[in-house]
Amino acid sequence: MQYISQIAFVLTLILAGYFLSKRIRQIRKNILMGKDIDRSGNAPDRWKTMLLVAFGQKKMFKNIIPAFLHLLIYIGFLLINLEVLEFILDGLLGTHRLFAPFLGDFYTVTINFFEVLVVGVMFSCIVFLIRRNIMKVSRFSGLEMTSWPKLDANLILIIEIILMLAILTMNASDQILQTRGDQHYVATGTFVFSAFLMPLFQGLSDGALVLVERFAWWFHIIGIFAFAIYVTYSKHLHIFLAFPNTWYSNLTVPGKIENMPVVTTEVKTMLGMPAEDGAAAPANPDEIGRFGAKDVNDLNWVNLMNAYACTECGRCTSNCPANLTGKKLSPRKIMMDTRDRLEEVGQSLSKGGKGLEDGKSLLGDYITQEEINACTSCNACVEACPVNIDPLSIILQLRRYTAMEESGSPASWNAMFSNIETSFSPWKFAPSDRFNWSEDLKQEPPSA
Amino acid sequence: MSESTYQVPTMADMLARGEAPEILFWVGCAGSYDDRYKQVTKSFVKILNKVGISFAVLGPEETCTGDPARRAGNEFLFQMQAMANIQVLNGYEVKKIVTACPHCFNTLKNEYPELGGNYEVIHHSTFLQQLIDQGKVTLKGGGNFKGKKITYHDSCYLGRANNIYEAPRQVLQALDAALVEMKRCRTTGLCCGAGGAQMFKDAESGKKEINIERTEEALATGADIIAAACPFCMTMMSDGVKNKEKEESVKVMDLAELIAKSEGL
Repeated sequence: MQYISQIAFVLTLILAGYFLSKRIRQIRKNILMGKDIDRSGNAPDRWKTMLLVAFGQKKMFKNIIPAFLHLLIYIGFLLINLEVLEFILDGLLGTHRLFAPFLGDFYTVTINFFEVLVVGVMFSCIVFLIRRNIMKVSRFSGLEMTSWPKLDANLILIIEIILMLAILTMNASDQILQTRGDQHYVATGTFVFSAFLMPLFQGLSDGALVLVERFAWWFHIIGIFAFAIYVTYSKHLHIFLAFPNTWYSNLTVPGKIENMPVVTTEVKTMLGMPAEDGAAAPANPDEIGRFGAKDVNDLNWVNLMNAYACTECGRCTSNCPANLTGKKLSPRKIMMDTRDRLEEVGQSLSKGGKGLEDGKSLLGDYITQEEINACTSCNACVEACPVNIDPLSIILQLRRYTAMEESGSPASWNAMFSNIETSFSPWKFAPSDRFNWSEDLKQEPPSA
Repeated sequence: MSESTYQVPTMADMLARGEAPEILFWVGCAGSYDDRYKQVTKSFVKILNKVGISFAVLGPEETCTGDPARRAGNEFLFQMQAMANIQVLNGYEVKKIVTACPHCFNTLKNEYPELGGNYEVIHHSTFLQQLIDQGKVTLKGGGNFKGKKITYHDSCYLGRANNIYEAPRQVLQALDAALVEMKRCRTTGLCCGAGGAQMFKDAESGKKEINIERTEEALATGADIIAAACPFCMTMMSDGVKNKEKEESVKVMDLAELIAKSEGL
């Protein structure tokens, strides 16, 4: 009997590992569809950014209430998962609460501490459900917040509450079994919060209690595995990707736009300037590819990782001046569209489908010109993102494609371009008049 | 000051005299052509004259940095402009640049180095703050602005883009005015609506203009003066104030104008 449960556990673990690793490989492959971008070096700054922003939740604390509630879930996630180690070892070895005899009183303290976190997580999840569904906090709605993103958000919260309930049920039934002289259930001392649930199970027979305890145990561990797989299809992937995402943050000032060395080479050739050694022209001009981005593979891999790291919180959109004044642009939608398109292409390729050649593209079928034309490049979205996602980078690359490959910029921009070309100013003034402003100053006697 | 008029030497003038200025004042297209921002340019030149710093401008040799082209996606045009400007700047062996335009500032400072243009670039708000700190500009007990309520509108290209939030505020504090903040300020400051080449096209359709939203926020502070440090913000906020028919009671002014005015220049 005991071996059966151990075998069942090993099979569950293998199955979960298989699906999870398959999905991780798929996501990795999707992200690597992006162009290369150098985000190496600066390790001390990268550590600092990751520790402050992801680990330390620094940017969350601009808004204290959600920050505190989120912190409860985050700490719960980090610490309660330590208990999963015991779960897995118990499952493999056929033991029960393997660490209890070794840790003694400290085990009681630890599990009690976990129970505090469990209650904290449940509290936060309930408040979050209220904020989303009853208070209807405005940043959780918007054009892109269709039925799936809303359901996804609610499912995550509900699953977390149920997983926490499983822990409490398991601990409550375990504590009763400890009093009934079953050697298997080692004495652990009182667990404060689950003790409140004990009256619910007192009336049950030993057998029924064991059933409840085992069910809760299996439910929790399978729930965690299933949730881990679910997360890879969900906005909730930020729990893992927040870390690499902040590590590979753009460490230069946000005002600087990524240079296009291919253009530099061409411009230097046009001006008859020697190209620098480092920026040698590509051997085959066909390898240059597109200028700017039309589809996901034209973006860089950091843009694509950003898309998977987005948890759709909407801080970007609620700070976007264009969105605030009713324009179609929503930085969150830019990230969600990028992810949806990338998933579509990736899924298609893994089934031997057409992938990128399916006649669709990110710009046009997902993101419209009207959206990208509304951006003021003000960096409010970049500043607002708690995990350092950069929607502006994607917007600018889509604009580059529009301007350079399609000459499809708004007419006034095309006029501005030709003003710069012919008059060296975005306005149509005579270049010879540029210094006229100084004329009357040169007549004016200085005061004081 | 020994000269009988304000001096606005060009780099070419200086070179002809065998001199090199300490600093190049990059005027920018708005500072050169926009009637309102020409006032800012002149105020800043008056301050430079007053403190007796050796400076020069490029005059007719200056051209657009390429910022709006790059933000609108035309990388070729941006780089053509950048290369041409860098050739001129390097030709004059320019070391230090000051500009009153945050867009020019950002481009010159952050985007030219990769293309071969390496200069120490500072925005005029930082420059003015340094003059005040060094005692080169001393404001006599507040002067014109003592007790006036001033609110400062953060330019995105100074603030979020380049992390310059305090220098402009310190300049305003030197005026002895009452500095009041808008609800959205510093890192959460709301854009005027003109960045990212929006200055050069109509806004996309929506329910409101961004500059109106921002102007309402500025007016809500009860400020007499909306201080700006960017030509585009200046235009957008001035238009917003006009739209609200408040141009008689609320002025939109640049930092350089405020300093020049309180110095009696």
